[in-house]
Amino acid sequence: MATAHSRAAARLTMSPAVVLLLGWMLIPLAMTLYFSFLRYNLLMPGQEEWIGVLNYQYFLTDPAFFAALGNTLALVGGVLVLTIAGGIGLALLLDRPFWGRGIVRLLIIAPFFVMPTVSALVWKNMLMNPVNGLFAAIAKGLGLQPFDFLAEAPLSSIILIVTWQWLPFATLILLTALQSLDSERLEAAEMDGAGAVDRFIHIILPHLARAMTVVTLIQTIFLLSVFAEILVTTNGGPGTATTNITYLVYAQSLLQFDVGGGSAGGIVAVVLANIVAVFLMRMIGRNLDI
Amino acid sequence: MARAATNRQKLVVTLIAWTIGIVIFFPILWTALTSFKTEAEAIASPPSFLAFHWTLENYTEVQQRSDYFLHFWNSVVISVGSTLIGLMVAVPAAWSMAFVPGKRTRDVLMWMLSTKMLPPVGVLIPIYLLFRDFGLLDSRIGLVIVLTLINLPIIVWMLFTYFREIPGEILEAARMDGAGLRDEILFVLLPMAVPGIASTLLLNIILAWNEAFWTLNLSASQSAPLTAFIASYSSPEGLFYAKLSAASTMAVAPILVLGWFSQKQLVRGLTFGAVK
Repeated sequence: MATAHSRAAARLTMSPAVVLLLGWMLIPLAMTLYFSFLRYNLLMPGQEEWIGVLNYQYFLTDPAFFAALGNTLALVGGVLVLTIAGGIGLALLLDRPFWGRGIVRLLIIAPFFVMPTVSALVWKNMLMNPVNGLFAAIAKGLGLQPFDFLAEAPLSSIILIVTWQWLPFATLILLTALQSLDSERLEAAEMDGAGAVDRFIHIILPHLARAMTVVTLIQTIFLLSVFAEILVTTNGGPGTATTNITYLVYAQSLLQFDVGGGSAGGIVAVVLANIVAVFLMRMIGRNLDI
Repeated sequence: MARAATNRQKLVVTLIAWTIGIVIFFPILWTALTSFKTEAEAIASPPSFLAFHWTLENYTEVQQRSDYFLHFWNSVVISVGSTLIGLMVAVPAAWSMAFVPGKRTRDVLMWMLSTKMLPPVGVLIPIYLLFRDFGLLDSRIGLVIVLTLINLPIIVWMLFTYFREIPGEILEAARMDGAGLRDEILFVLLPMAVPGIASTLLLNIILAWNEAFWTLNLSASQSAPLTAFIASYSSPEGLFYAKLSAASTMAVAPILVLGWFSQKQLVRGLTFGAVK
């Protein structure tokens, strides 16, 4: 029974959240958009002038932009493939009965709760370091040459670190979806003579399709903005080998003080993220029955 | 016979699962072990797993050299503060969305979600400049404000999905009995929603504790929470593995425990109800 009175109350109670988020979204975004049309360098205050789309022209034709775009796609794509494939495997494993399942589950989801700077530094120094790292010690023990991960394969190393962080998330969501699968369907298929592979391809995978889409979309949103892991391991280098769009914009605006160019890059990042966001919103919206 | 076969199968699965679990957990375990070694033992080759001289000196040294507890306290203030303020703003909003939905409720919910998808780097410069001009750079208040805003959509959404499971008739009955809006939310809704609010609180403290874009860009020595403090180990002086491990272990342990308690809510909170 929604009366006029309760409608007014609804509007009143909703307004603080709406106003705050509106301010948070609109004011800075409008400022970024405005700055992106200016020549604006923090080292030269008072010399701002309108230069139209020149910043965009520079940003979008900069070789660093193409490198960053490629790195961003490789990072997002690589982590997605690894976490979803690994997540499906782990979900299938955790769905089976075995001794100590609860504890193994806790072990597997633990990396998700490790802050990005800690996981990046632990991997960089204590595991991947070519002199003192554990991997080097193992390689030496096996009579092999230690491998300098972050120098020889910087982007792959960062993909590995980020995968380790996000694998728990994919696993948990896929496991939740897997547990809602009707076990009678699997038993019926088994009675009809369907092998394990057939059951996986024709029953389990289609059932997980929705969860896989959700994992893909949500992880993409976060992975487009990977920052701390790059900052503390490689600083985007060597060269631009591990610079993603987020890091490029950060470097341009807060390291080179080029507010105009950085803002143009920020707007480009917003556009890229929006392409993904539209699909995700549609998925969630379909599920929302009001 | 059949039982023996399934038991053998179960044993195989157990072995595989434990191996994988330990491999995935290993970096955390290794960090925790290294934090009790001396610096020399931390880089010893071949490395020792348990047979080393256990010591607590790294923990005391990290505190003495860099005032670790200041940063720990910053993390507590920022994550708990932003979550509590977020809850105060979000509870009334989620109440109206769940119990007095109008034509536009759906749009508002979806719009709030869309603010979460804005890449932070798109608003980095204006926020940085505004913070500089208002003297909020390197202040805990500034970080509380930003983290409240970036997590507000998640808080509203989580509360909304929990509130919707509460029958609206109970609230209506309270209204009939003459309860005002404030009383209705404080004394009728909140007691019923305690589990949902608790898990929202937990998940958001975890997210805010580990947030590492804004905390790295907007804080320096004074307000740096642990995320930013640990980042200072990326350009260290001298031997530092054991000290890095001690600082990391203390930074991760409390939130890992909270995370283990809230693993069920994690799925719900981070998928906005798209996977249940």
